[in-house]
Amino acid sequence: MTLTDWLVAALGVVVVGAALAVVTTAHVVRAGLWLVVALGGLAGVYLVLTAELVAWVQMLVYVGAVVVLLLFAVMLTRAPIGASPDLDRARWPALLVGGGSAAALIILLVHAYRWSTVELDDAPAGTAEQVGTEIFRQWVLPFEVLSVLLLAALVGAIVVSARRDRV
Amino acid sequence: MHPVVPYVLAALLFGIGLYGVLVRRNLILLLMAVELLLNAVNLVLVTADVSTVGVPRSGAVFALFVIVLAAAEVGVGLALILQLYRLRQTVAVDRVDVPGEDGE
Repeated sequence: MTLTDWLVAALGVVVVGAALAVVTTAHVVRAGLWLVVALGGLAGVYLVLTAELVAWVQMLVYVGAVVVLLLFAVMLTRAPIGASPDLDRARWPALLVGGGSAAALIILLVHAYRWSTVELDDAPAGTAEQVGTEIFRQWVLPFEVLSVLLLAALVGAIVVSARRDRV
Repeated sequence: MHPVVPYVLAALLFGIGLYGVLVRRNLILLLMAVELLLNAVNLVLVTADVSTVGVPRSGAVFALFVIVLAAAEVGVGLALILQLYRLRQTVAVDRVDVPGEDGE
């Protein structure tokens, strides 16, 4: 085990713990705050894996925008401040499906990769320059389609949330 | 670096997210669990980026694309949830009446 492995494993414990808290807590607001911990920990994992730009975009877009949007929705739907007892449905089927898929994926991935080793220094670091060059050299069309999709989602959100009597 | 460590982490995260999607009744909590699923996929993309041979940094580019898609999904999803709340005063998935389902 190298330093990188230990860092990923330590951050992984934080991420899994926070993710478990997100899906089990009885407080709606606390679930949002645990989501910040989970996504922040994942940004740390990306940094360790030399994907710098992805890590910073994760902090900006996920922690900065998506979670704030979710917390706004929590406020706008007047979620109770304290614990709400009726947040969950029957646990056993979900536990079976979730645990089963996790176990299947772990078996698959461990079988595929065993204890193989890669050197992180071989690949160029994922800085903005590297990733930007890659986007505009290889993936220009998906990038442009994505920008149109983002615009469509923006317009769609406005149309859906507009009050009918004013439209 | 052993790529199996982040891969196993991603698999665990996916299982937790799937559990959350199936068990949660509140639509906003359900969206949070979907975010966990998308992040598990992102982790796989970033790890595959450094652990497999191919066009360098493609995994990072696709992870960025997934992040943008997640932002769009949350925007539209929350607009729908707020509209539902305005109409029915509830965000519980099993309290949403589907016309014709119970003989209406």
